[in-house]
This record gives sequence, structure tokens and C-alpha cells, in this order.
Amino acid sequence: MAENPYTLFLLKGNKVKVCKCFHFEKKLIIQFDINQTHVLWRCNVVKYIGKRLVYMFLTMFLIATATFFLMQTLPGSPIASYNKLNETQRAIVEKKYGIDKPKPVQYAIYMKNLAKGDLGTSFVFKGKSVNDLLASRVKPSFILGAQAMVFGTIIGILLGMLAALKQNTIWDYGSTFFAILGVSIPSFVFASLLQYWVASQWHLLPVGLWNDGWKSSILPSIALAMGPLALSARFIRTEMIEVLSSDYITLAKAKGANGFEIAFKHALRNALIPLVTVLGPVAAGIVTGSLVVEQIFAIPGIGEQFVSSIMTNDFATIMGTTLFFSALLIFIIFIVDLLYGIIDPRIRLSGGKG
Amino acid sequence: MRKEELQQLPPEKFERITIDSSSAERISKPSLSFWQDAWLRLRKNKAAIVSMVVLVLLIIMALIGPHLNGHDGEEQILRHANLPPKIPGIEKLGIFDGTGQLGGEKVNLYEIKKVDEYYWFGTDGLGRDLFTRLWEGTQISLLIAFVAAAIDVVIGVLYGGISGYFGGRVDDVMQRIVEILIGIPTLIIVILMLLIMEPGLTAIIIAISLTGWIGMSRIVRAQILKYRGQEFVLASRTLGASDKRIIGKHLLPNIMGIIIINTMFTIPTAIFFEAFLSFIGLGLQPPAASLGTLINDGYKVMEHQPYFLLFPAVVISVLMIAFNLIGDGLRDALDPKMKD
Repeated sequence: MAENPYTLFLLKGNKVKVCKCFHFEKKLIIQFDINQTHVLWRCNVVKYIGKRLVYMFLTMFLIATATFFLMQTLPGSPIASYNKLNETQRAIVEKKYGIDKPKPVQYAIYMKNLAKGDLGTSFVFKGKSVNDLLASRVKPSFILGAQAMVFGTIIGILLGMLAALKQNTIWDYGSTFFAILGVSIPSFVFASLLQYWVASQWHLLPVGLWNDGWKSSILPSIALAMGPLALSARFIRTEMIEVLSSDYITLAKAKGANGFEIAFKHALRNALIPLVTVLGPVAAGIVTGSLVVEQIFAIPGIGEQFVSSIMTNDFATIMGTTLFFSALLIFIIFIVDLLYGIIDPRIRLSGGKG
Repeated sequence: MRKEELQQLPPEKFERITIDSSSAERISKPSLSFWQDAWLRLRKNKAAIVSMVVLVLLIIMALIGPHLNGHDGEEQILRHANLPPKIPGIEKLGIFDGTGQLGGEKVNLYEIKKVDEYYWFGTDGLGRDLFTRLWEGTQISLLIAFVAAAIDVVIGVLYGGISGYFGGRVDDVMQRIVEILIGIPTLIIVILMLLIMEPGLTAIIIAISLTGWIGMSRIVRAQILKYRGQEFVLASRTLGASDKRIIGKHLLPNIMGIIIINTMFTIPTAIFFEAFLSFIGLGLQPPAASLGTLINDGYKVMEHQPYFLLFPAVVISVLMIAFNLIGDGLRDALDPKMKD
């Protein structure tokens, strides 16, 4: 029964111990193999990445299939004024969009095109391919998302640090309360209130649209940033409090490092590592938020496109955007998991098993 | 008392106290059960207690609010459309006195439209009383959240429990399925499901619960795995307990805390998704009201009637804050090792 060896990372103190375990005559044999830490780690990572890639592919396949068949059951037709057309006209239109063939054939064609990266042709925007449609709208969404992510995380980290360094003072309570607000208030509520007060009442910034350069991206970015801000503030606070009580901080204090140095050079760096784990949920939150926030501020981005294509029954665009969002989120979560394992080797890479 | 005084005391005044050696082991404090102990810890958390009171008040208002001022939430009086809030008593202070904008000027719309009734939170474009609709909406939102959370708990605990308890091949198959499902973003699946289902209460609940249980099932599985191999389970099994008894009497009570904590975070997520879907137009259909549809309606007339947006926005925010704070409090109280 010795054919079942697998690698385990044992955590002892703060040191990683690598050992091999396998079953031998119904006994669990654990073999310590400290010298080979690196080799074992590497071979595990490759295996892990391979496994994850297979799952990512399976998930995407499932989503694509589900999306395709769900779209077929949608009520209504994607072709505007379908009822007004006569038989021949219908046949021509259906042929043009390839919806005259039987469903399995359509499915096969769809999957084949998908493999080539072609998302199909929009039903509403005449003759425009979904790829072009998404490409033309990706920029505003990307700018907003990136700005929200960077702004939110940096302010969140600073707030969390402030709370941890001044634990149980008014600063701590203030920033904790702020973080709770950020987690709790839905982004669309926050966005519409921002739009009402800042743009509409005080006339400080544009009410909406994407024609005023950087200025028009400020309000939507702030609205999107509230989630990441609150999450990272809460996270950093907990981590910092733990880090601040460790021995090397005492050592840093003893050797006379000033408060600023301790906070940023010693404590923050170590508290930052686990923050990587929340990046996945944060990205998902930003994508979710972008649907409503872009709609509120009338930003020509992908989120707004998605909502409006739902309203107009534009099957091809709904499918394309769904797949785009899914691929994006799955990819981000994959990268985050990888990063986490690389940054902190204490994490067991058997992955995903909770 | 000084030393000399002490020495002057007659020896008769002293009495020897014999300590019964068996009483050294006596426990003087009453022993507390896990839940009593958790309640003691929770009680110290002011934010959680205040949130509980606020939440209870909101639930009471959601139940009795629609019947408080005698208006019907679905009755349309077009003559009374678009009225600002007017609350008896407070109107004398100069706020909520029915003053609204008409053609850019501030006028008392109640006098112009010759309306004698009071609409505490104003009316919408169809003349429906917003106070009544707000609490009806809160009721619906809470209902969706509670039902979705309950479904999540039932499916999640069953799935995770079976997977973790029986292990082996069953666990392998069940976990492979979960690993694929967990890759699908919640947002995507919720929107797709709502596209194909008849919009309404059931559709939203199904869509939200469809992926909601996965998180719960993973947590329950991990916990079951942790306890399954422990001695007390082995002891029970040796004494001949059935699987049912081991799960019901030994495993479930141990993981109850973590199930409750997780549920407390599921509820605000469900409230958020309901409001989110209603806001992008995939949620409840008129005339039904939920917090999401009210915010959506209010957003459209934000310029002239900010209150229409403000009241549901405040209610949903307070609800979410209360649930999150209670969840935080419960987490600290039930699982002191897992403070976050």
C-alpha cells in the first residue's frame, strides 16, 4: 500500500516542515524531509495549478452550456418587431443570425466559435460583434474598477492601521464604524446618494456620463471603492493588532525605531500578506457593483451594457457578457489563490478543500 | 491595628478555622452552559445589543407599520400624487410640513392640491402612501432574506453534513461538484435564473438560494470532519449509537454556533441581492413593493422628491448594519477563538 504518498506541510511554531506521508500496512507513515522543502513545494505547485486549470475549464464549460440553454428558454424573441415580418423575411433574418438550425447544431457552432474566442453577433446593435461591443466598453469599466480597487484598498489599509495603532480610542471606534457602514450600505444606495448631494445639489462634480475626463470617474469610483475600503480596513485592523503584539515589534521598539517605522516597515508588511485573500471577494463585489453604479452614472461600460442587454433581450450580448464576467472572476480568484500560496507557503496547497 | 495591639489580644478571641480539604475542589460559581456563557459575552457587546433592539423595532414596524396610518399601500389616488412628507406634530417645527418644490419654488403642496390627510412619508407618482409601502417593502425584503437564509441552512447543513460524515467516495464526488459550482460567480447565476423564471418572490428566493448554500456546506463539512474523529464520537459509536444519534446528539450541537454565525451573515447578503436585483429591474414586479423596488422608484424622482429615495435607503442601510453588527457580536460570543 505504499503507492499513495502525498505531501503534507506541517506547521510547527512558525516553521514549515515538509513531510511525506503514505500508508504502509494500514499504518500512516510520516517521513520528514526538510532538505527537500523546495523541490516538493514546486512539484506540488505544478500539480495544483494543473488541477485548478482543469476545474476552471470545467466551470467555464458548465457556465457556457448553462447560459446557452437558459437563453433558449427566455421568453420573447431577440429580433425586434418579429411579429411584423412575413414568413420569408423571418427565414432570412433567422438564417442571418443562425437561429434557423436545430438547437444541438446551434450549440455546437456556438461552442466552436467560443473556443476561437468569438462571442457571436449582437442582435440589437446591427451587425456588431459582441467582441467589438465589449472591447469598445471595456475601458471605462476597467478605469473605474482599477481606481476603486486602488483607492479603496489604500484608504482601507490606512484606516485599519489607524484603528489598530490607536486601539480602543475614538479613532478606532470611528474607523470601525466607518468600515461597518461601508460593508453594510449597498453600493447603489451610496451611489445614488452621492449623485444627489455632491453632483446634483452642490454641483461639485458631473452628475454622470463619461465626457468630462477624469472628473466623471471620481464619483462612481468612490461609490465602488466603499466595499474594498471597508473590507480591507477591517482586515488590516485585525491583522495589525495581532502583529503588533509579536516579539519582533517589541524588538523593533527596543532598538529604538520610531513609531512611523514600526507601523509601516515592521507591522504593515506582515499584516498585508493575508489581505491578498480578500482580493477575490473584493473583485467580485466591484463587478457586481459596476452593474448598478455604471447604470446610475450612465457610464458607457460593460456593466451598463449588460443591464441594458437584459432589458432588450439581446441574447448574444447577454451570453457574451456573462462569459466575460465569469472568466474574469474565475481568473482573478485563481490568481489570488496562487499569490496567497506563493506569498505564504504555510498555506497547504491541497487547495479548495476548506 | 498595630503589632503590639495584636499581641495584647487574649488567645480566647481566636478560633481555629479548619479547612475541609474536600471543599478546595468545590466550584463556587454556578456552572454555565455554552449558551449561557455566550449570552454573557454577547451582553457585553453594546453594538450588538443596540442592533438587536433596532432590528426588533424594525421587524415590529414591518409587521404593524402598514396598518398604522389608515392608508392602503396599493390604493392609487392620482389627485394625491407626488406629495412630500407631512407628519402631524413635527410639521410645526418647519420640517415635514408638506413643503415641496413646484416649478422651482417652495410651496406647500398639500394646500395647493387641497389635501387634508397626512401622508407621513409622502406619496409616489400614483398617489400611494409611501409610509405604508415602505413597511410593506421591509416586510417583503425581510421575508425573502429569512426564507433564503433558511433554505441555505437546510441544504448547506445536509450537504456538508453528509459529505463530511460519510467521507470516502461520497465525499469525493460531492466535493468535486462543489468545486465546480463554487467557481460560478453568484451574480451570474442569480441573473441567469431570474431571466428565465417568472419574476416574483419565489424566483428571487430560488435564485438567491441556488448558490447560497455552498458556503454553508463547506463550513459544515470542515467542522464535521474536525469533530468526527474525536474521542467522544468514537465512545458513542462504541456504545452502539446509530449514525442518526451521533449526528443529532453529538455533532450538530457542536457546530451549532458556527451555523448560527454564518446564517447571520447570509441574511444581509440576501437582503442586498434582493435589493440589487430589484434595482436593475429583475426583481419584484409592481404593484408589489420591496426595499429594492422602492429605492429604484425613488431614484428616478430623486431630483424633486429626495425623501422618496431617502427613507427606503435609510431602512435598508440600518437593516444591513444591524445584521452585520449582530453577526460580529455573535461571532465573538460563540467562538472567542475566531475573532475578526
